[in-house]
Amino acid sequence: MTIDVWSKIIFDQLVDAGVTLFTYVPDFGNDRIVKMADAHNKTRSVLLTSEEEGVALCAGADLVGERAVLCMQSSGVGNCPNMLSLVRGGRFPMLMIVTMRGDYGEQNPWQYPMGQAVVPVLEAMGILTIRVERDDELEAGIAAAISASFSAGQGVALILTQKILGAKAF
Amino acid sequence: MADFTLDRREILPRLIPKPDKYLIVTGLAGAAKDTAAYTKEAANVITLGGAMGAAVSMGLGVALSAPDEAVAVITGDGELMMNVGALATVASMMPDNLSIICVDNGCHGETGGQPGHTSRRTNLALMAEGAGIPSTLTVERADQLDPAASFLIEAPAPHFLWVRVMPGPSSDYKRNWDLVEGRLKFRNGYLGRQANRRRV
Repeated sequence: MTIDVWSKIIFDQLVDAGVTLFTYVPDFGNDRIVKMADAHNKTRSVLLTSEEEGVALCAGADLVGERAVLCMQSSGVGNCPNMLSLVRGGRFPMLMIVTMRGDYGEQNPWQYPMGQAVVPVLEAMGILTIRVERDDELEAGIAAAISASFSAGQGVALILTQKILGAKAF
Repeated sequence: MADFTLDRREILPRLIPKPDKYLIVTGLAGAAKDTAAYTKEAANVITLGGAMGAAVSMGLGVALSAPDEAVAVITGDGELMMNVGALATVASMMPDNLSIICVDNGCHGETGGQPGHTSRRTNLALMAEGAGIPSTLTVERADQLDPAASFLIEAPAPHFLWVRVMPGPSSDYKRNWDLVEGRLKFRNGYLGRQANRRRV
């Protein structure tokens, strides 16, 4: 599956679920989703300086009944923990879309420490993790993430691994 | 360090005489207590007790998602500085319904009054302006409060108002610390008012 194909699958499901704001720190893995959010008449993207901003911003959208998601590279998970206090403390729904680095096939040694800490860090803050490794897991994975966050009020991270993204070649 | 004279407990009624006209998000500590005491934690107000740095971003999320409502963020200098990049995010999005009020006591009042950067060389109004916020104003004296209230209504939003107050106690008010209750009160209150409006 090419990035254009799986990005569209993710974007369409999120739009169908009523997501209007796509907050993000740029990554190769969310590049297409952000462009789709800007092109669609019911959605917009919000460029962040740090991923933790997106946690609070998504919570703010929920306060007035809207739905927002937070797109980031795996390294950005490390910028979020204290802000994720909002999720457990306030039962804010939270849907994070994490595109992995420092994972399967990674060649950049700087990516491994945070990449390998993504799941423990998220779990420590009470965020559920849904890993997508194969193309055929994608649609069900997004649906599960939408259910857990917007229907059940949980914090959840959809983790798109480098098996599905492909490892960046340097 | 300059000697500031404004008492933080007295400024909000002067700056926002009609708090019920806003959706209000506050940062933690003194800003939360002062706002809670002034509004009696009305349904249009949510106060934070942690997640330091969340206030501006949460207010931006509210402002972008409720574009017909006026939104005010009331927070302190330490809280703002912890996530100061959010000012650039606000400027990029240019919400015309968002006002940020930073009540700056120059110190970390909640943890013992340790000095903060603004008591040294940091100018938050310049940082907001540099981030791209179109309307910024600094208030240091009582005679500047009424013009500041007009600024919040008349200047092109988003606004950044930097209010420099003397270090000292915030309002003595016991607020609700349960964020689940705070969230539901704010959310259900807002959605209920929207439903009533549609019915009219």
